[in-house]
Amino acid sequence: MAIIDLANPTRFLNFVNRLLPWLAAATVVVFAFGLARILNAPDDYQQGATVKIMYLHVPAAWLAMMCWGVMSLAALGTLVWKHPLADVSGKAAAPLGAAFTFICLVTGSLWGRPTWGTYWVWDARLTSMLVLFLLYLGVLALYWTVEEPGRGSRAAAILTLVGAINIPIIKFSVEYWNTLHQPASLFRKGGSAIDPSILAPLLLMAGGFTLLFLTLHLAAMRNEILRRRVRAMRLIQAQELAEVST
Amino acid sequence: MNAFLALLLRDMRIAVRVGGGALMGALFFLIVVTMMPFAIGPDLGLLARIGPAILWLGALLASLLALDRLFASDHEDGSLDLLMMGRMPLELAVAAKAIAHWLTTGLPLVVVTPVLGLMLNVEMNAMGWVSLTLLAGTPALNFIGLIGAALAVTLRRGGLLQAVLVLPLTVPVLIFGVAAANAAIVGPAPFGPPFTILCALSMATFVIGPIAAAAALRAGQE
Amino acid sequence: MVVGRNGAGKSSLLRMIAGLICISGGSLALTGGEAEGTVAEQAHYLGHLDALKPSLSVLENLRFWAEYLGKGVAGLEKALDTVDMGPLADLPAAYLSAGQRRRLSIARLVAVERPLWLLDEPTSALDVQSQDRLAGLMRNHLAGGGMIMAATHGPIGLDSALELRIGAAA
Repeated sequence: MAIIDLANPTRFLNFVNRLLPWLAAATVVVFAFGLARILNAPDDYQQGATVKIMYLHVPAAWLAMMCWGVMSLAALGTLVWKHPLADVSGKAAAPLGAAFTFICLVTGSLWGRPTWGTYWVWDARLTSMLVLFLLYLGVLALYWTVEEPGRGSRAAAILTLVGAINIPIIKFSVEYWNTLHQPASLFRKGGSAIDPSILAPLLLMAGGFTLLFLTLHLAAMRNEILRRRVRAMRLIQAQELAEVST
Repeated sequence: MNAFLALLLRDMRIAVRVGGGALMGALFFLIVVTMMPFAIGPDLGLLARIGPAILWLGALLASLLALDRLFASDHEDGSLDLLMMGRMPLELAVAAKAIAHWLTTGLPLVVVTPVLGLMLNVEMNAMGWVSLTLLAGTPALNFIGLIGAALAVTLRRGGLLQAVLVLPLTVPVLIFGVAAANAAIVGPAPFGPPFTILCALSMATFVIGPIAAAAALRAGQE
Repeated sequence: MVVGRNGAGKSSLLRMIAGLICISGGSLALTGGEAEGTVAEQAHYLGHLDALKPSLSVLENLRFWAEYLGKGVAGLEKALDTVDMGPLADLPAAYLSAGQRRRLSIARLVAVERPLWLLDEPTSALDVQSQDRLAGLMRNHLAGGGMIMAATHGPIGLDSALELRIGAAA
């Protein structure tokens, strides 16, 4: 069975239904390993145990950016190759990306409280994440306001691609902005060199997050397909009743 | 169930069901407040000092732009005609719509304010007072903006015209709102007087707004 | 029946009586109607637009107008049945066709009792069976002592109608 066969929604649904339990199990296993390694990892000599928020914060940031990449591919699929499931993929990925960005912002904020003394600081990386979060919210707003699935998806796809081009520019300009104004405090993340005992749990958590994203993404795509079927059935119901009573 | 409640509940139901309608105002508020430090700089001390002003300006703009659709959708599908033919005076109908709009758009702004205050490094214990000023002041912004929305619908010009008409009228609300918020944070001026004037403004506009908006709607019929 | 060429002013006349256009001179009164109410409060207006909210269901739309314009919500299901929309009661109004939207607007006339009906081209978007149904509803209304003013291009099934011609030789 080639990938292209998955373009058929029914076949895709069957494929997802069979794959999902395995993906969910794999996610749980990887997270378990990751958490075990985190508990054994060394504390930072300055921050103590709070540095372990990094194991949530950094993978969430990676996932947040990767998710926009997935959405950009889906957008190309919608606009250029007209793959039938591409817009479903984009719409399913958007809330997940927003959630990961939110987790990154919140964990970063909680990490900042003991480290910098304040919940929020306008440093380059957090600020870029914040703008990314706003972009996610914009795409979500677009999906929610347009009733008809097809039109909304095309508009959101355009916005996604524009965002993909813009995100590096935004990152660059935010870093520039940050150098213009000397930040009030300096901070360190994790230590100067990444020791293997820190790297391993970090990669495990990143792997766990990725599997989590895959699981949730496929489940969300399944939900979206079912949602569109319900909508189509309602339309047909209205039309049939119109014909019967005419 | 009487007509006032029926209209109030209908508007709230629509606002909640139409995807993202109610939260769009809060989202815009968030974006505007985020934009400010890009222009001002990330100096936390400076942001803390002008934090209340930024919050108030953001709430003002978000309230105003959200009001654009208040009468427009009813005008476009013919509901406005029927609303004018009810047994209830048009002023009351307009008031019902305005209250529904504040509950679904203004209240979320107030709820989001503490999070934004966090980002602007506003003192935590003063955050409650700042939110209180917004709670008391957003109704006034709502009822003044009502007038602009009614005028814009009948004149069919929309967003910018409405903002131009209404922004000067909101100056007192802005002044007393920021004064009360600042008083809560830095002192030495007391919080009481500007806050009570703010409440008085809200109550006065609650009466003036619907009357003027209804008159504008009637005057603009064709 | 109000007849005349396009643009003669049929719709404007109806809107004036409905109180939706300001009259520059003269007065309007409904003979035999309530003393305190304006003409607008005792009239139904059925215009080109349907006044339906797409995010509300058929029944919710009708219930709202019954509560706003009338005195109660009794007889809503019956009103829907008279226009044959009973089975569609819970469907969101966004899914309705043009004819179904028109019929829902007509259900509003049945659900709320008002003596004067102002109808602007009521048969547009209606198929033959629905037009007959509307004619029946209009005859019932007239038989019950009501009054109808309809702007129309063609016959609407009322035989004994007086004709008001707008825009003819002045």
